[in-house]
Amino acid sequence: MSRIVGIDLGTTNSLVAFMDQEGPHVIPGPDGQTTVPSIVGLTDNGLIVGDPAKAHLMRDPSRTIYSVKRFMGKGLDDVKDELKYFPYHLHEKNGVIRIEVGGKTYSPPQVSAMILKELKRRAEEYLKEDVSKAVITVPAYFNDSQRQATKDAGMIAGLEVLRIINEPTAASLAYGLQKKTQGLIAIYDLGGGTFDLSILKLKDGIFEVLSTNGDSHLGGDDFDQRLVDVMVDDILQTQGVKVGGDPELMQALRLEAEQVKVRLSDETQTKAEIEIPNGTYEKVWTRESMETLVMDLVERTLAPCRHALKDAGLTVSQIDEVVLVGGSTRMPLVWRKVEELFGKKPHSELNPDEVVALGAAVQADILGGHTKDLLLLDVTPLSLGIETMGGVMSALIRRNTTIPTSAKEMFTTYVDGQTSVDIHILQGERELVKDNRSLARFQLKLPPLPAGVPRVEVNFLIDANGILHVTARDIRTGDAQSVQVKPSHGLTDDEVEGMIRDSFQFAAEDIKARQIIEARNEANAIIVATEKALVRATNLINDKEIEGIRRILQQLSEVNEGDDHRVIRTKIAEVEKVTHHLAEVLMDATLKEALESKKLSDVIK
Amino acid sequence: MDHRHQATTTSRELPMARSMCWHCQSEVTGEYLCGQCVKVQPLSKDLDYFACFQLPRLLNIDEQELEKTFYELSRTFHPDFYSTKDESEKAISLGNSAFLNAAYRTLQDPIQRAEYLIRLEAGAVKDIRSNPPADLFEEVLDLQENLETFRQLAPNGASSDLEALREKLQDKRERLEKRQAKMEESLQSKFKEWDQLQERTLLPGEAREEKNTVLRGMQEILSNRTYVRNMVNDLLETTG
Repeated sequence: MSRIVGIDLGTTNSLVAFMDQEGPHVIPGPDGQTTVPSIVGLTDNGLIVGDPAKAHLMRDPSRTIYSVKRFMGKGLDDVKDELKYFPYHLHEKNGVIRIEVGGKTYSPPQVSAMILKELKRRAEEYLKEDVSKAVITVPAYFNDSQRQATKDAGMIAGLEVLRIINEPTAASLAYGLQKKTQGLIAIYDLGGGTFDLSILKLKDGIFEVLSTNGDSHLGGDDFDQRLVDVMVDDILQTQGVKVGGDPELMQALRLEAEQVKVRLSDETQTKAEIEIPNGTYEKVWTRESMETLVMDLVERTLAPCRHALKDAGLTVSQIDEVVLVGGSTRMPLVWRKVEELFGKKPHSELNPDEVVALGAAVQADILGGHTKDLLLLDVTPLSLGIETMGGVMSALIRRNTTIPTSAKEMFTTYVDGQTSVDIHILQGERELVKDNRSLARFQLKLPPLPAGVPRVEVNFLIDANGILHVTARDIRTGDAQSVQVKPSHGLTDDEVEGMIRDSFQFAAEDIKARQIIEARNEANAIIVATEKALVRATNLINDKEIEGIRRILQQLSEVNEGDDHRVIRTKIAEVEKVTHHLAEVLMDATLKEALESKKLSDVIK
Repeated sequence: MDHRHQATTTSRELPMARSMCWHCQSEVTGEYLCGQCVKVQPLSKDLDYFACFQLPRLLNIDEQELEKTFYELSRTFHPDFYSTKDESEKAISLGNSAFLNAAYRTLQDPIQRAEYLIRLEAGAVKDIRSNPPADLFEEVLDLQENLETFRQLAPNGASSDLEALREKLQDKRERLEKRQAKMEESLQSKFKEWDQLQERTLLPGEAREEKNTVLRGMQEILSNRTYVRNMVNDLLETTG
């Protein structure tokens, strides 16, 4: 059976991991980096993903998509407050957000699929085998639509998603495995765009989630935005420059704000520096000034912590360990607040960026049938119900119920000869339908009989992925009835299929884009290395040769601007030929130096 | 965590949906995995939560033991262990797991456990009235009125009237909470009574009248407790 990988599909960064006999490992890219920025750029030559796309973000912000996770499983109304922050245009079709970039339209699962494909490719290159199955993590507080959208993204990327697993629970698997912890633990997971708090009981290899709570719209991105807002005002006041109308500048500012925030985790003071049209803007940030600015955001995470404790029937003193997960927990302010609430020092021994991916790899190994002694028992984060008379939601499955779980509901008719009943499925904790999340609607068919006679039983099943399945059965005949559920904020099966086809078409373009990037990176590395070598070799080779090398380097720089990777490759080969002698000379010199610095006796030995 | 720990393989016997394996048609004698082809078998539709945990219908149960059995059965039925199996086995694992989770959730909580038992033993307790006793009913009405006044006053900000009312309501809440605790005490003694009856009889039909009396008593306390608890929650939400 082919290997199953674990994927952490994050708001700002994504990772892929696998497990072998030694344990779970994150798969690094060729540069040794384990994280892939969750950014997708559209270039004239196709798609680019990750670090190259991050570089693209400043050059061409209107064709670069970031933080797409915030849009998964959502309609336009859900994100209207933050539309102004995004440099690309959004609209809605069939309840699903669509992103318009470079004259093309993408749904959030399609963009996520591009990131997943990059991770798939990375894993295949590293493991030297095909990768077609994966476990993908989502925030615990993700609703059904958001989970389904993530599953769709996997399918579009050509991955069979064997399981959607909650991020804090994944983290607990990696943590529990490593630390051999038993008892009650709280996982505090503050990522780039989402916050989760899960309480688990760890006992004899069973990881039982007791409760979970969170905010699927709160994370590091929001902290950055606060800093950006202050600097945008400041730039207008002191420099008279309007950042709002300049997407490039806005992105540069956003990236700088993120850096400032990161630096302030280690330093107490730092300077933001940014090029603006009339010079350089500088602002000194102290840790204190930033903390004041984001205090309310960090405090917003405390209420979900209290709710989760209450739902688990526990008090803070009963929690044995608190574990911090997610890049945003590097902030000292978060540490302090968590310690204050739980009355104990939180743990963060495992890299908070990698622990979720590692846990996903452990779960993948369980599903693959290799790890047999561990079992995760997770819960559904939100209550599931249906609309009843008067616009009230009637709950069928309570939040924090262990999954898989099911609830049956009997339906009948109120009017003679009535042949259908409309059913509206909801998720949330509020009394009224309008305050909860609409998941889906369907029409239940009934035989034309006197009122009250038809009896159709509908079974609402939440599977181990936290995803809902609806089936119906006519009690009188015992026959199963097909149910066509129409998601309120999801792609239809046809749409997903179309996107899978499209993604094959794009694949050719993507390969072209990748080849250019790789050729350019190599050319840049060669230019830098050769220039360094020239400095060292000034006295070792003659001027004519130096001039020749400089000329060919100049030519390489020029073709490097072009879009044909073959031309770049040819030029690289030429450079290598011309610099062959230079390399030899340097090698000799190095060898000589090395020998001279040693005693004769060492060399003879 | 101890890595040498393996899933326990002691075979429990549970009623299955069919006496023949759905897959290889060989006889299934109560084990949840077919002895011939080792395919998981669907649980019987008639299985009740107590039988699922192989417990007698008693109301005081060993919760440690309950958890242990839950973990053990989870290791048998959970879909995580059927990810590489065929669709039929996956579906059975899903159904069995959902049932097991519901059973554990219900039996874990003493109140839900008692309510479930009453439903199982039904027939006997159908004629329970659904209105609270007169004194409780009056208290509900009085409380609703006070709460309404409080909700009207509250948006106007702090005032002596509001504070007086808050104190009165908090006092009421304390009294109700005491009452709830008392009800839970008498529930506990009813649980004991039931368990003793169960233990000294062998057949479900034996001492039926006595049993029904205990069940009715229990049902009455349970529904009154629901009223009191709802009032306490209302009070907590409104007055803090």
